[in-house]
Amino acid sequence: MFGLNKKDSALLLAVAVLTMLAPFILNPFPTDSGLAQFNAGYPDLMQRFVIFGIFAIGFNILFGLTGYLSFGHAAFLGVGSYSAVWMFKLLSMNIIPAIILSVIIAGLFALVIGYVSLRRSGIYFSILTLAFAQMSFALAYSVLTPITNGETGLQLSLDDPRILDGASTTGSLPVTSLFGLEMREAVDMAVGPWSFTFSVGYYVCAVFMILAFYLAIRIFRSPFGMMLRAIKSNQQRVSYTGLNPRPYTLAAFVISGMYAGLAGGLLASMDPLAGAERMQWTASGEVVLMTILGGVGTLIGPVLGAGLIKYFENIFSKINDNVLHGWFSFLPDGIEDFIVTIIHPFVGKGWHLTLGIIFMLVVTFLPGGLVEGGQRIARMFRGKKKTGGADAAKTEAAE
Amino acid sequence: MSKTNLTRRGVLKSGAVAGAGVALPTIFTASSAAAYTNEPTGGTVTLGFNVPQTGPYADEGADELRAYELAVEHLNGGGDGGMMNTFSSKALKGNGILGKKVEYVTGDTQTKSDAARASAKSMIEKDGAIMITGGSSSGVAVAVQGLCQEAGVIFMAGLTHSNDTTGKDKKANGFRHFFNGYMSAAALAPVLKNLYGTDRKAYHLTADYTWGWTQQESIAAATEAMGWETVNNVLTPLAATDFSSYIAPVLNSGADVLVLNHYGGNMVNSLTNAVQFGLRNKQVNGKNFEIVVPLFSRLMARGAGENIKGIVGSTNWHWSLQDEGSKAFVKSFGTKYGFPPSQAAHTCYVQTLLYADACERAGSFNPCAVGEALEGFEFDGMGNGPTLYRADDHQCFKDVLVVKGKENPTSEFDLLEVVEVTPAAQVTYAPDHPMFAGGSLGTCNPGA
Repeated sequence: MFGLNKKDSALLLAVAVLTMLAPFILNPFPTDSGLAQFNAGYPDLMQRFVIFGIFAIGFNILFGLTGYLSFGHAAFLGVGSYSAVWMFKLLSMNIIPAIILSVIIAGLFALVIGYVSLRRSGIYFSILTLAFAQMSFALAYSVLTPITNGETGLQLSLDDPRILDGASTTGSLPVTSLFGLEMREAVDMAVGPWSFTFSVGYYVCAVFMILAFYLAIRIFRSPFGMMLRAIKSNQQRVSYTGLNPRPYTLAAFVISGMYAGLAGGLLASMDPLAGAERMQWTASGEVVLMTILGGVGTLIGPVLGAGLIKYFENIFSKINDNVLHGWFSFLPDGIEDFIVTIIHPFVGKGWHLTLGIIFMLVVTFLPGGLVEGGQRIARMFRGKKKTGGADAAKTEAAE
Repeated sequence: MSKTNLTRRGVLKSGAVAGAGVALPTIFTASSAAAYTNEPTGGTVTLGFNVPQTGPYADEGADELRAYELAVEHLNGGGDGGMMNTFSSKALKGNGILGKKVEYVTGDTQTKSDAARASAKSMIEKDGAIMITGGSSSGVAVAVQGLCQEAGVIFMAGLTHSNDTTGKDKKANGFRHFFNGYMSAAALAPVLKNLYGTDRKAYHLTADYTWGWTQQESIAAATEAMGWETVNNVLTPLAATDFSSYIAPVLNSGADVLVLNHYGGNMVNSLTNAVQFGLRNKQVNGKNFEIVVPLFSRLMARGAGENIKGIVGSTNWHWSLQDEGSKAFVKSFGTKYGFPPSQAAHTCYVQTLLYADACERAGSFNPCAVGEALEGFEFDGMGNGPTLYRADDHQCFKDVLVVKGKENPTSEFDLLEVVEVTPAAQVTYAPDHPMFAGGSLGTCNPGA
């Protein structure tokens, strides 16, 4: 199907089905139950899952295939966001021109940074990209304030020109749309005690992610992808064979930058605001974490990693003492307070701590990331039953 | 294996179709019933408290959260009722808001616009919050205010001092109780004139974001009007922790006053650096060198320790005020937490009560009705004397305090003394004042 072999088609289909049914899968608990705290099926978070999934897939094309570890990928995400917001301000609230421009600008940006940085490899390359990203951050944060609006972040305002849309007459800010279909529109569906939200914005992002994922599979399986792997395993040998590796790595860098630009453009399309902190080094580090957590060089891994990190950031960070006391209220007072005190550092603002522990455990025991975990479980099943479940098909295809 | 795959897909597909079929009749009823975003239908109403729990303003955020929890307790009839007893409007009865019990969710803004918007979005989309409040940075407040306008919920700004919040970035769904840079400048200028005379050269260090810019602009304008000269204005990054390199040039600039447009951790560090460089013991142009910190808070004073003594600034509220409202609030806050509240806690507490009261008076949670009830609302008994919520820009107008670091503090909380209470009339400006021009409220958005 679509020029993919059977395994890859199955993987693509699995991803497509999972993203399309995400509003169900991510809301497993009834709305009124105590466990509703753990539901993640609301539009903003689902959008983040797939958008950062795209970001991580793109990052993985560079890091997973060529082995070049970029510590400045957030710069492209930020550039993409700024381009998209400027498009909304100047041209139209339609997201298509915004996304096209953000991909192009991020690509050009990646071409310039990549051209300089790729003269070095290994740690020097990482430091160069980090330096460029921090420079972009500093520029966006203060020097280029007229373009980026500094710390406040670039926002829409009522008196923007918006040439194609004409002046706003309603007195409220226009919303982003796809040919009139508003991104923020959503339909709630109540099934018994459950409630599921289907948002236009999410499905637009999901379609982009499936396309991005398909493209990534094609790149992984192409001769170009093979060249990138060759560079990763032994760059010297490639040079001695008479091939110049730099055009290949530069192409991978630009493609991966364009993925980041797409993610940035989508972020701005869902919420038309671009802040400088999107380019900070912590944001660049986050995508490295996502990729390693999920599984470097695998197709599905980065998406899983992105999902896990965003889940922690948005769900665990909102568990406060009040919620904890609610959970353990059935215990005697002394024990309740004791347990809450024990758990307190790991939830709420301490979510970084929990994430750090998980990261350590994964890197120590599952060097291949979550995908390796899945494979081990699948192998265990196969060993016993001789047949692989759905999980096995999925993870195995991800090499 | 492909066979198992096919079956699984088949099962998923038919399951989805069956699910959709079962749910079809409810799809339309569920979405069209609400008249506005997150209309509370059960016996409870959810408020969203979005404060910085990490980052340079984390201290302020923690105190804000305490105040919010106290306000919710009072609204639900717990505790001693605090300012509800002194508030001039008597619509609140201690049975929640409009008979619904008040619940709340919290989030961490990380002092970043992006994170703050994500957190506010999840409160609106997931937790069904009908009102968002908080923010300890004007950049964040402006960003979240924009989000609330789009989503159709009310935003009650917490600690935000930039002119822009109710100036060029004002929104119909956003309301601010806290004072702003212009008011600080208008209140400080006469005091500075009395203390330091009219012939001074000022050097500004300014936090590089919306709040710093507008405050610097306001202070420069007000001091220049009385004869001061502005020698230089240097912008410093919000994330900076060491200001030595910014302080050194001050010594050779010929300036005799240093204005620190910094807040929170920034101000603590820059003031400490300035004192270390011996600025306060210097004589320039035959006058004592002076330092001015236009926006002060007790939390900052505590951080700066000894260095704060004798330094003049302005503040929105101070716990040592002796009016009935302040005393009631300090008492209930002190009883619950064991120390007096900061100005950030005060404004957040008041904002929550004002929102609840507006709902009661409007008889609805509809953002448009609530907004109408707040616009032009005059009240008293909230610690700042008679106050007006101006309809033109959703800014509160009230007295401003000019304070000074105490020379002989009696306790670790008693760090500031009130020099002067500047009456509201003196800090009032026209809604179309040039420093606030450029934006418009737009129309209120009830969402859905």
